Amino acid sequence: MSISVKNITKKFGAFTALDDVSLEVPGGALLALLGPSGSGKTTLLRIIAGLEVPDAGSVVCQDEDITRQSARDRNVGFVFQHYALFRHMNVFENVAFGMRVRKQPKKLINDRVAELLHLVRLDGLERRYPSQLSGGQRQRVALARALAIQPKVLLLDEPFGALDAKVRQELRQWLRRLHHEINMTSVFVTHDQEEAFEVADRVVVMNHGRVEQAGAPDEVFEHPANPFVMDFLGNVNVFHGRVQNGRALLGSMEVAYPEYPHQEARPATLYVRPHELEIERLPNGVASLKARVERINPAGSVAKVFLMAAEFGVGLNVELSSERYVELALKAGDTVYVSPRKVRVFMPEYVI
Amino acid sequence: MVSTGQNLVALAEAHKRAPATLAHRDPPVVQWGLTLLAVLVITILIVVPVVNVFYQAFASGIAAYWENLVGDKDTLHSIMLTLIVAPVAVVANLVFGVAAAWAIARFRFPGRSLLTALIDLPFSVSPVVAGLMLVLLFGMQGYFGPWLREHGLQVIFSTPGLILATSFVTLPFVARELIPVMEAIGSEEETAAVSLGASGWQMFWLVTVPNIKWGLLYGIILCNARAMGEFGAVYVVSGHIAGKTDTMPLRVEKLFQEYNNPASFAVASLLTSLALVTLFLKVILERRTRLELAEAARLTTAPGGTP
Repeated sequence: MSISVKNITKKFGAFTALDDVSLEVPGGALLALLGPSGSGKTTLLRIIAGLEVPDAGSVVCQDEDITRQSARDRNVGFVFQHYALFRHMNVFENVAFGMRVRKQPKKLINDRVAELLHLVRLDGLERRYPSQLSGGQRQRVALARALAIQPKVLLLDEPFGALDAKVRQELRQWLRRLHHEINMTSVFVTHDQEEAFEVADRVVVMNHGRVEQAGAPDEVFEHPANPFVMDFLGNVNVFHGRVQNGRALLGSMEVAYPEYPHQEARPATLYVRPHELEIERLPNGVASLKARVERINPAGSVAKVFLMAAEFGVGLNVELSSERYVELALKAGDTVYVSPRKVRVFMPEYVI
Repeated sequence: MVSTGQNLVALAEAHKRAPATLAHRDPPVVQWGLTLLAVLVITILIVVPVVNVFYQAFASGIAAYWENLVGDKDTLHSIMLTLIVAPVAVVANLVFGVAAAWAIARFRFPGRSLLTALIDLPFSVSPVVAGLMLVLLFGMQGYFGPWLREHGLQVIFSTPGLILATSFVTLPFVARELIPVMEAIGSEEETAAVSLGASGWQMFWLVTVPNIKWGLLYGIILCNARAMGEFGAVYVVSGHIAGKTDTMPLRVEKLFQEYNNPASFAVASLLTSLALVTLFLKVILERRTRLELAEAARLTTAPGGTP
């Protein structure tokens, strides 16, 4: 089922949690609401679930306006950040809760709970209590419990937030596969951009109660709409240069910027991702920055090199493939030349 | 007597920190000296009087004891009256306590801290004053007295007055016990229940009540003990009509004033037994409530995560 959020505004006292937010969740999508804490992502999720009432705007599910419908009647599966499992009920009773309060027949409940526990790979743990489960297991009980009511949509609040790194990695993959299997419209909230891009097929970046950008992961990653998105999506290198005559200039380095063909020079901010910087031993003819190698971290799938460009007094993060790193044989103190393969230019005050 | 849930939270926390405080040890003289002093005080002020109550009650043998309790119809009536007044007051406080604790633990509203303070008022007001306030309101010369008489209702010098006075004095017990428990547990499970389709009552009975049951029971036990033993406020509103408005504590006093010591101590021994049973239940329930709070702390503070 598709969900449309239309012009939602929500204030808590003087604090505006959501400011005229609109959003489309296509049926069957797995959408990530990504943003720093306080960006309003959880509030938006709770409004979709009916756990909060918006001050203005509407929530439409398929063609039905459900803004005024209570959480109880919305039939939405909600997985809470800290799972909120019923502590005095065992796993079976937790999962069965939603069906029991709906007075569904016992036989049906038993079958469905067994089926769900199998789906979340918790067979045989029916009699355990939440306190006897690991974090990952509690998470999956919470998921099974939300799915038991056969919801129209599944909403997850920081589903991996409270888990350690390894379990988190496993559960991401698993959630992706699960979504593929049951193909239910799902929205999850996260502050971890890696998580959002790895799991979701649609990403919505939020900040200060507004949607900064929405789109497919590669689209958002390759074409960030503004500096915030660019900044939030990873540790980028930021330069303060200028634009003039269709070119962006930073010292001796320059790149094409056809969006600004004017004669008059204007200040601009240039963003380059660590893996989009190339390191050369010698100046390669094209414009490049001279820098000194400060530190190298070769651990991991890519080598991370920290450079200092004395000319501008800026530090640079560069990520090199292992092959390239071996080829260059860098060590601290070396002088190198850095050139960007790709630059994103933003002119904050640019008005035509 | 005023052992509230907040003390329990502190206790649970102190329990966690205990190993750290062991590093510092007082000299044996101090340890033994303090222990001895505490034991001495408790023996003189508590153990001896309690034992004496039973000694006096049974001084003339078990047969006389039994005769003192059931032979006198006024004494028998006082026992019956207490068995009516106390449970009604407990039920009234149960309803009020749960509602007040819910409001204070779950909502932020103007006057919330005032409500919290008012709940504690009966702890600080002398019971005699509480009784007088009721007489001023509902007595013959009181504000509502004439109106009540016209409608054939008598509050003062009658059972309703006893119930009102007892309820007033025991007002804080259930609410005070529940507020910290409900705050520690939080509302997430209740929200989850609603999102799973539970109605308000289903949420309350299936999720809230099981979560707070030990704290609730603990509050009820304390409330009941206080209700049965209440003297001051009840003294003012009862009018001491033997066989009509005398509760057990009032009966003890009256028999004592009549120099009927064996009978007085017989009734007193019943009240003391109640206190001992309460103490026993209290110890058990205190442990369960503490576990409940510790569990709440453990489940709600999962590692990592952002708000």
